[in-house]
Amino acid sequence: MSTSTPAVTPGLLESPTPPEGTAPPRSAASAARSGLSSRLASAAAIVIAVLWTIPTFGLFVSSFRPEADVKGNGWWNIFTNPSFSLENYRTIFTDPDSDLPRFLVNTIVITLPAVIIPITLAVLAAYAFAWMDFKGRDTLFVAVFALQIVPIQVTLIPLLRLYTRPPEWLPKLAGEGAPGGGFYTIWLSHTIFALPLAVFLMHNFMREIPGELVESARVDGAGHVQIFTRIMLPLMTPAIAAFGIFQFLWVWNDLLVALVFAGGQSDIAPLTYWLGSLAGTRGEDWQVLSAGAFVSLVIPLIVFLSLQRFFVRGLLAGSVKG
Amino acid sequence: MTTSEKLVQMAIAIVLFFGVMAVILLLTQRLRSRAGERVQAAAFLAPTLLLIAVGLLYPAVKTIYLSFRNNADSAWVGFANYEKIFTNADQLQTLRNTALWVVLVPAVSTAVGLIYAVLVDRSRFERFAKALIFLPMAISLVGASIIWKFVYAYKDSSQEQIGLLNGILKAVGLPTYNFLLEEPWNTLFLIVILIWVQAGFAMTILSASIKAIPEDIIEAARLDGVSGLQLFRHITVPSIRPSLIVVLTTISISTLKVFDIVRSATGGQFGTKVLAYEFYVQSFRTLNPALGAALATLIFVLVSPIVIYNIRQMRRLEAR
Repeated sequence: MSTSTPAVTPGLLESPTPPEGTAPPRSAASAARSGLSSRLASAAAIVIAVLWTIPTFGLFVSSFRPEADVKGNGWWNIFTNPSFSLENYRTIFTDPDSDLPRFLVNTIVITLPAVIIPITLAVLAAYAFAWMDFKGRDTLFVAVFALQIVPIQVTLIPLLRLYTRPPEWLPKLAGEGAPGGGFYTIWLSHTIFALPLAVFLMHNFMREIPGELVESARVDGAGHVQIFTRIMLPLMTPAIAAFGIFQFLWVWNDLLVALVFAGGQSDIAPLTYWLGSLAGTRGEDWQVLSAGAFVSLVIPLIVFLSLQRFFVRGLLAGSVKG
Repeated sequence: MTTSEKLVQMAIAIVLFFGVMAVILLLTQRLRSRAGERVQAAAFLAPTLLLIAVGLLYPAVKTIYLSFRNNADSAWVGFANYEKIFTNADQLQTLRNTALWVVLVPAVSTAVGLIYAVLVDRSRFERFAKALIFLPMAISLVGASIIWKFVYAYKDSSQEQIGLLNGILKAVGLPTYNFLLEEPWNTLFLIVILIWVQAGFAMTILSASIKAIPEDIIEAARLDGVSGLQLFRHITVPSIRPSLIVVLTTISISTLKVFDIVRSATGGQFGTKVLAYEFYVQSFRTLNPALGAALATLIFVLVSPIVIYNIRQMRRLEAR
């Protein structure tokens, strides 16, 4: 079995299935649990689960309550005095004064290239590091790997200056008349911040592909480009998916990069920016806030739940990013 | 820009990008010789190395340089910017808050994650139970802050409450409390938000490593009459120690960089500022890039030993 996670042994993240016909083996945890009274343990687990779920549930319920109710009394009143309305969602989507559609589009426009571009670049670079022979290869790879320790905060001030006041011979990427309305600064920044981790993950995965596969293809006269496109890319799908989801969640949920490079321009700033400023300026308008927050989190939630399997694999390795 | 204009821009960017990539691949695919391989390697690596050098390496060096300069970048000031961080009362509070975050978030979320992982291990609803705790990880920190602001929502005791916590306080006859405003405890209530997000991460990693503990060790311990809490303390925890360390360090790293929560929940007011938030304000709001650069460098200095340690631990985990 191959895995995209360099940090975790393959078996570590999948629960072993007990062989059929035998009683499930007892793990350390279940043995420990049976020592505590099992009923007490279940109660404790339920308490934690409820504590973790209720905050989201409360906001979710509120987004479906009429404005007067949301502002007038607690969401728990739906149990005694149910009221239900889609008005909040209708308002934020169709009201001409509502900014949500614009920011939602911005988030989508930011996210797609910011996921596709770094993955493609990283797969190419990882291939060169893994299967090509050239001087200084290992040193270069270690250098790229080591750059993972740079927190993005350290790069923001000079990077912004490069975009707004580049050397004469380069086009200006930010400010008045910037190409793509300024989106390029955000795409580029997300790409840059993703690269060290992406190269590292893809390289680790690629090294697990048997060398004979590449060798025999070469003997048959295939060049690197053919090997890359015909053999590597198909085999890389799980790794690409794992990193893709990770990068998607990162970009979709990002606030800092967007704030710095989009400023407050409503033409290019993402949903998180809109929600953040809404929470500051219209903090009492819970009917808008709750519905807006749900729109922003439903898409990552769907992606996350449907592709959880891939995501969990890359989780540990990816968690250092940012 | 209209929606369609933006989508067109996005399409242009993607097509442009793939066009350049295709040209690179097409131009180099005929090369077979040894020298040709070098050209190919350069073509495959050039975009990535260029971006990393210009976008990561140069800015990092430049920021460190700027942290020893004045705001206009016209004179050297030595360690003056750093001195400000460690002497100014406002900045000292920022440091104290950051320390509190970095101690509490990793410790509590790891503890909750570990306990929960043990409790639901091999129970009938394990998958579902885990998903509940895991979900906050997919939510943006801005979204999480809004969710919790609603839990903390405050109204005067005489009024009907909309926040859950104050609703409970009122129901048991206590006066309502402004969770996000009252110093110094408001920092703790912000910390709760990140714990809520990070516990799922801890739970997932720890649960996996609990399942990897070999059967025979547990059986042997049980034959020796070890069970319950003792088993947990003497077998489970020591066996997953490497994972515990990785989880703790990983969460510390993300905690040091936390910014969104403070910005969305309190806007850094009422004594809740942290390092990464202060960095943003100084660099891009109050236009003190020199101080901002010093704060960024400080984050860098604090984070890098943890990252290096963390990577070494991960490698050890992998080697097992």
